[in-house]
Amino acid sequence: MSDLATHPIAGRSVGTTFRPVQTPPTTESRTVQYVLVALVVAVLSLFLLLPLATVFAQAFRLGIGEYLNTFRSPEALAAIRLTLLVAAIAVPCNLIFGIAAAWTIAKYRFPGRTFLVSLIDLPFSISPLVAGLVYILLLGTNSVIGGFLLENFEIRIIFAVPGIVLATILVTFPFIARELIPLMEDQGTGDEEAALSLGANGWQTFFFVTLPNVKWALLYGVLLCNARAMGEFGAVAVISGRLRGQTVTMPLQVELFYNEYASVAAFSLASLLAALALVTLVIKSWLEWRYADQIAAAGRGH
Amino acid sequence: MAKIRFREASIIPGFRLTFGFTIFYLSIIVIIPIIGIYIHTFQLDWDAFVRIVTGPRFLAALQLSFGASALAAMFNVVIGVLIAWVLTRYSFPGRRVLDAVVDLPFALPTAVAGISLTAIYAPSGVIGQFFAPLGIRIAYTPIGIWIALVFIGLPFVVRTVQPVLQDFDREVEEASATLGASRLTTIVQVLLPNLVPAILTGFALAFSRAVGEYGSVIFIAGNLPRQTEILPLLIVFRLEEFNYPAAAAIAAVMMTVSFIILLVINLIQAWSRRRFGHV
Repeated sequence: MSDLATHPIAGRSVGTTFRPVQTPPTTESRTVQYVLVALVVAVLSLFLLLPLATVFAQAFRLGIGEYLNTFRSPEALAAIRLTLLVAAIAVPCNLIFGIAAAWTIAKYRFPGRTFLVSLIDLPFSISPLVAGLVYILLLGTNSVIGGFLLENFEIRIIFAVPGIVLATILVTFPFIARELIPLMEDQGTGDEEAALSLGANGWQTFFFVTLPNVKWALLYGVLLCNARAMGEFGAVAVISGRLRGQTVTMPLQVELFYNEYASVAAFSLASLLAALALVTLVIKSWLEWRYADQIAAAGRGH
Repeated sequence: MAKIRFREASIIPGFRLTFGFTIFYLSIIVIIPIIGIYIHTFQLDWDAFVRIVTGPRFLAALQLSFGASALAAMFNVVIGVLIAWVLTRYSFPGRRVLDAVVDLPFALPTAVAGISLTAIYAPSGVIGQFFAPLGIRIAYTPIGIWIALVFIGLPFVVRTVQPVLQDFDREVEEASATLGASRLTTIVQVLLPNLVPAILTGFALAFSRAVGEYGSVIFIAGNLPRQTEILPLLIVFRLEEFNYPAAAAIAAVMMTVSFIILLVINLIQAWSRRRFGHV
């Protein structure tokens, strides 16, 4: 250790019992690390956790009695029922579409394939308000189709439940397809070809080979799709007409309560949606942690 | 003559069924409705269209929407890169929880975020009360709009930058350090250029989401014409007046901007693939 005693670069003597903690050259010093972590924790707490905590704090501001009172009002109950109904229609529709789109895009090569993928991504970049507006223009009672349906079949789409379902489908349809496409592309067609060559028909191949391969990604997509479907505000707001007890979903009822200065009721109902968001996040994180390899890493972020 | 096939040969069955259904569904849900917007806009004569898109109220809303969205997306870039860095490079207790929390704006319904942010930043709110005595109002001003847009855009930059940082070859950093570069030089001159495509993509995604955002903004915005009125809200007002052509014209302008942003994102990613070999 004698050569270490007078370290040529340090230029000063270094004792054998004392070794200075050196930061490896490919990371930052401890101090910088602490500061950056503290900064990130502070920013995330301020911008993300505080709004979440506030929902529950405001909901329980006047005690649990007032909180529960909200869920005795017929308006709140009707809103919860409608939200569940809309999600129960929109999510299965998008599930079927997601599987069909992923199958066609991931298993075949054809011209315009990338354009099709861009089309599927479209709802991520258009405003939810525009999404609601397109159906008002297309299917409103002044339009050709809307007028025809109303006169001949007395079917109302705009300012009624079908419009809400349509708008919800438009805003949420990419979620499942987006999760399935990269994974099914990675998996290729080898498993399916093997099944087919062994005599399975198309449906058997799908249900016994493809579906088990993608089940966790599928669940992941359904989860995100459902969270968005139940919480959608902008698209549904323009198309619903806000007929109390008939076309008011949970997020719209939150707005109505809030604008009537029924703040506790608004936050109580909002707390249900926030709880749904929390459950979604927990299951999502668990899926990512447990089945990371079975959920494609690409395309995360919506 | 050999039959010309639309798709490459494959023994996997179900192409007609799934391709047909996909196209059918997309047509009904997106393609036809979106073409409808442009058809409605074209029903306006040119002068009427120009009057709508040069009206002072429209221009003020346009400026506010795009300005606040750009500022929010810029802030998201700075803070998003930092968050992605800390989450990928350092290990500390609670890292996994923080990582999950980043997705909160994706999961929390926008209306819920809207009323909650308003409660926080109103003059009597948890944070607003500290600014009220100083004469600074946050809720019901453009600052409030900016905060809401930062909230909804935060995950985009983090989630685009994070995978690139994770896959980044540490040997490159080691080489840079071996050649005598300081840590800061390595980060700024070696690491950061590789993150540029991801950062630009994240910025574009956050920006385009912010321009179209409605639910989380309207509660905190105040919605005063020409001061705190965002573009999507203008569509709502036109709809309530049953002025459908004007609503369609505003929507057409917004949608055209969205398409341009989408195109830009695709160009960035094509460039990135050529330049860096990753997205």
